[in-house]
Amino acid sequence: MLELEANDIYVSYGDLTALWGVSLQVHQGEIVVLIGPNGAGKTTLMRAIAGLQPPYRGNILFDGESVHQMRAHQLVERGVVLIPEGRRLFAGMSVLDNLMLGAYAPKARKALAETFDRVYTIFPVLAERRGQAAGTLSGGQQQMLAIGRALMAQPRLLLLDEPSLGLAPLVVADIFDVLRQINADGVTVLLAEQNARMALELAHRAYILEEGRVSGEGTGREMLEADHVRRAYLGQVTPLEEAAGP
Amino acid sequence: MNLEPVAQNLVFGLFVGGLYGIAAVGLSLVFGVQKVLNVAHGSLIMLGGYASFWIFTWYGIDPFLAIAITGPLLFAFGLVLYFGLFRFVTRLREEERIKNSLLISFGLTLVLENVAIQLWTADERAITTSYAGEGTTIGDIAFPYTRVAGLIVAAICVFALHAFLTRTFAGKAIRATSEDWEAASLMGINVQRTYAVAFAIGTALAGIAGALVGVSYLIAPSIGLAWTLKALVVVVLAGMGSIMGAFFAGVLLGLAEALSIYVFGTSYREVVGLVLFVLVLLVRPQGLFGRR
Repeated sequence: MLELEANDIYVSYGDLTALWGVSLQVHQGEIVVLIGPNGAGKTTLMRAIAGLQPPYRGNILFDGESVHQMRAHQLVERGVVLIPEGRRLFAGMSVLDNLMLGAYAPKARKALAETFDRVYTIFPVLAERRGQAAGTLSGGQQQMLAIGRALMAQPRLLLLDEPSLGLAPLVVADIFDVLRQINADGVTVLLAEQNARMALELAHRAYILEEGRVSGEGTGREMLEADHVRRAYLGQVTPLEEAAGP
Repeated sequence: MNLEPVAQNLVFGLFVGGLYGIAAVGLSLVFGVQKVLNVAHGSLIMLGGYASFWIFTWYGIDPFLAIAITGPLLFAFGLVLYFGLFRFVTRLREEERIKNSLLISFGLTLVLENVAIQLWTADERAITTSYAGEGTTIGDIAFPYTRVAGLIVAAICVFALHAFLTRTFAGKAIRATSEDWEAASLMGINVQRTYAVAFAIGTALAGIAGALVGVSYLIAPSIGLAWTLKALVVVVLAGMGSIMGAFFAGVLLGLAEALSIYVFGTSYREVVGLVLFVLVLLVRPQGLFGRR
């Protein structure tokens, strides 16, 4: 079932247009990955879907309902939750307060106790450090808190913008395992990632975003094997190029 | 050397410092949350003073009890001001907010001051309760009832605000919004509504401060800017992001002024605050209690 649909959206920052007619579909229960170079518009697309940067043309539908003119807090109530680039934790507040704020929306607040249990089961370290200020956690723990905080909102569609940024490879592997688990629990995932190989291995489907346009799409496996993707994003040379080399 | 006048001065400094504190807490809350600098804060204190003066004069309601009316009244007025004037400022980027809010709130100061002159004349007024001028003495030091009660009320309000901000969901939403409004909106927090509530709380605190000023000191339409200046000095002394810090810095300024009266005479009282202001900016720009 189609859950999220962006049709031909244009987004600009003042005079600068960052997205030029981007379309994408995400089905319920999928993991969809966005790959592409820095500045391609991945973050802008995530922000547009989350209601932080509304498109000036095109529309975005969630469950068939037009949502592109809604503000971020209204989308959270509908189950669209973004974990922004750089995590954006409330650094001066405790781990517990950060998690509680994640459940600010009235519906999520009612289920506070259960979601706490669920988040603490996935990330036991957050329970151990609940009294500590969020800013004093390690990078990996901060990313766990960012994910935990988003889960407190009981998302149906979880948007993650570069969750692996600045983390050690082993920690990234843990985070991706958690994403797989969250998805298995029924949460749809849309992930923007520079770390193309790991993301594509996780993905059901993927889109390539280049210079504000979609330049390719396919299943995760297709993408891992596509020449263009291997050259540009996986740092591999194709057999043909190898043969042509010295 | 006779220490009694020093002690008496310090006690009076403590009382006036409590008022500086509650005046600064409202200003600090609004600035911290919205990055809006409301120089009309002192004029809101003036309005609170008149509200409680008229409630006392017309209906004979004790000014300390009347806080239960002036507080909500000013809270509602704060909502009107926010949606009428300051909402537009908060759509701007944070750096743009300060200068725009300065212009708007300076204009608001002029309007409020002149409306007050038209309605209530430029005369100085004070709320004279039946127990005004009475007090108790400990040793040889006088403790006027109105000022003691003023300090207690100010402290209760500030502690209550602190508890609200640290213990309740709504209070935590205000703190989250002040740290990072965009991340707050991603939590499902309605940022515009949070701004409005924070502004209204700031205005209500100004109203309560005004009521306390009216009981122990004087109110007149022109007192607004002087109170804004005091509150600003205290906010800079305390540093951003600390409600309790702003209150204690207010008390500190009151004590420092009182000491200076004894050492340099009354004519230098106003200078002390400004010297402290400059010293803090030079030595500890994040303020005494502020985070970097």
